Amino acid sequence: MLPVPRAIFEVLRKDLLLAWRTRARVAAVLAFGVTSLLLFSFAAGPDTVKLRANASGYLWLAILLCSTLALTESFRYEVQNRALEGLRLIPTEPFAIFIGKSLANLLLLLLLGVALVPAMVVLYDVSFKLGLPMMIGVIFLGAAGISAPGTLYGLLAARVRSGEVLLPLLLFPLEVPALLSSTRATELVLTGDPMGQLQSWLGLLFAFNVIFWSVCGLLFGRLMEE
Amino acid sequence: MASARGMDWEHAVGALGLGLLIYGSYQGLFVLPPDRFMGDVMRILYVHVPAAWSTLICFTVAFVCAIGWLWRGTWRWDVAGEAATHVGLVFGVLLTCLGSIWARPTWGVWWDWDPRLTTVAIMLVSFGAVTALRSFVDDPERRATWSAIAAIVSYVDVPVVYFSVKWWRSLHQMQSSPSTVDPEMVMVLRINAFAFLFLAIWFIARHYRLIRIRRDAELGELS
Amino acid sequence: MAADPPPADSVPVVALARLGRRQGSRWTLRGVDLEVPKGQQLMVVGSNGSGKTTLLRLISQAWLPSSGKIRLFGAAPGPEAAARSALLSHADYLYDDLSAWENLNILVRLYPQKDTDPLAILAEVGLDKRRDDLVRTFSAGMRKRLALARLLWKRPELVLLDEPYGQLDPAGGQMMDALFRRFRAAGTTLIVATHQVRRVGALCDRAIYLADGKLCWEGPAAKAASVADPGGEE
Repeated sequence: MLPVPRAIFEVLRKDLLLAWRTRARVAAVLAFGVTSLLLFSFAAGPDTVKLRANASGYLWLAILLCSTLALTESFRYEVQNRALEGLRLIPTEPFAIFIGKSLANLLLLLLLGVALVPAMVVLYDVSFKLGLPMMIGVIFLGAAGISAPGTLYGLLAARVRSGEVLLPLLLFPLEVPALLSSTRATELVLTGDPMGQLQSWLGLLFAFNVIFWSVCGLLFGRLMEE
Repeated sequence: MASARGMDWEHAVGALGLGLLIYGSYQGLFVLPPDRFMGDVMRILYVHVPAAWSTLICFTVAFVCAIGWLWRGTWRWDVAGEAATHVGLVFGVLLTCLGSIWARPTWGVWWDWDPRLTTVAIMLVSFGAVTALRSFVDDPERRATWSAIAAIVSYVDVPVVYFSVKWWRSLHQMQSSPSTVDPEMVMVLRINAFAFLFLAIWFIARHYRLIRIRRDAELGELS
Repeated sequence: MAADPPPADSVPVVALARLGRRQGSRWTLRGVDLEVPKGQQLMVVGSNGSGKTTLLRLISQAWLPSSGKIRLFGAAPGPEAAARSALLSHADYLYDDLSAWENLNILVRLYPQKDTDPLAILAEVGLDKRRDDLVRTFSAGMRKRLALARLLWKRPELVLLDEPYGQLDPAGGQMMDALFRRFRAAGTTLIVATHQVRRVGALCDRAIYLADGKLCWEGPAAKAASVADPGGEE
């Protein structure tokens, strides 16, 4: 029986190795994110003031849209050659496999989010009143909020026909609280937080993460079964 | 399983519900006076609020059935869960429309981001996605397990969505819906609440029978 | 006073009671009772769709049964039993984007063995020269060899082989024959599903015949050929 921390590490390591090996595809997902940001600018119009005001929303929409591609990708190779069956046979708790995969997806989404920040700065002319490290912290929490349910639903979508349609349909309504909190928190990081609201939004985001990392982790085992 | 003694039990419940609804709605529409502040528009609350309660009850039943399937694995949990989800969706759409109809003359907009209404809308999309998921999976056991998982996750999200939308809205100082109700209105609300509850039970029970027949045919056996 | 527990060797490695598996409305396996003692080499024979693959997948715990009970190594199935058994199946569980070495290394890290060199295992299956090539570039036979390498690394006490000779060239077939003999010598319990009834029958002790998901016949492996292929064409 493999101890849980060990199993988590091995699954994480394998996923990061595969992400590195398929980094061309990861780059393509990032390009998609940048394209989304561009499209939002065109859709909203060249009013710099308006764009700056809505920048946080555009960033998180772009991250959310990228996430479906990234999550689909991360399960594509598990379903190929039935590698998932191999995962199932690892002598450990399914929860460990869930945490390993979710951490890998979290790091990937964090990377994508952080990589989109320069694009956001350039296109929407924003600055970071509360500092860049805080921005990265918010992206981390927001990415975590997407990665746990995303890993659960990603596995589901990978095993269902036409799953690429189903994944956003299942994931996006679920993500509303995380989207709300991430966007509001990002806005405060960009424009300043005179009334001290950032803590509440980060608290909500943190609570969202706690709830869904546990709930999804508990259910993941049943989803892996066959 | 059709009752050998004649009518299925749920028809009695449904008839009772219908009767109560007619009585309660008559009272609400014609007998009770209009609200001091909102006027006649308020009368829609006599169906809007009960619709909200029955929607929530339906999805709670779906949630409990999802847990029941994952825990026990007997088919009636899956069938009941599917029935409750469908009926919940119907009531939810009704509820959302009623909410819109109320918002328009009151605030001048079709949608006012009221936390409760917004939460219901998101809940509808979530459980609608769960229903869509069912149609993509052919194997009955997988379908039951996977939709149960999605239903549980969707339901757990409901309070989280409610609180986040409430906070989000409070930042913008938007109007909130009235929460105080006159005592004489409470009676009619209660009547209609029971009416909707009985109607929900009737719908779920009828739908359960239909889905049960389909499921048994699919499994090729009675379990 | 409790009776002494039976000596470890007498506990069957695999014990199936009324085992069944349903896919949708069809039972791919039903009512299978089987006991496999330690060190036995069992051959599973049957036409396509008879339930051979399902049986092996259930014993390996890749799939869950719909009915009946499994006991592995005298206990309920679980991660411990999964660690002590290994399945070589149609699907190879490989990652196309990783090299042969990297695919093997995943298993090496999960099941560290002190006295074995992973490179030696690769050499044994004839893949040492291709260790850094991506699996995407491998032929079906080479993928099978790599899957076999992963199995060998794990040093399982229970080996499940599903059509092991499929996709292998004659050299690979001989490698497989040698492996069979090695397993027997090491006392490994072996269950093989195959169409090559005579070839494998010569290497096994016992055989069972599945038809339409049910266990129809059980007996010495040498007699299996006449049951599986009464016309004697193979």
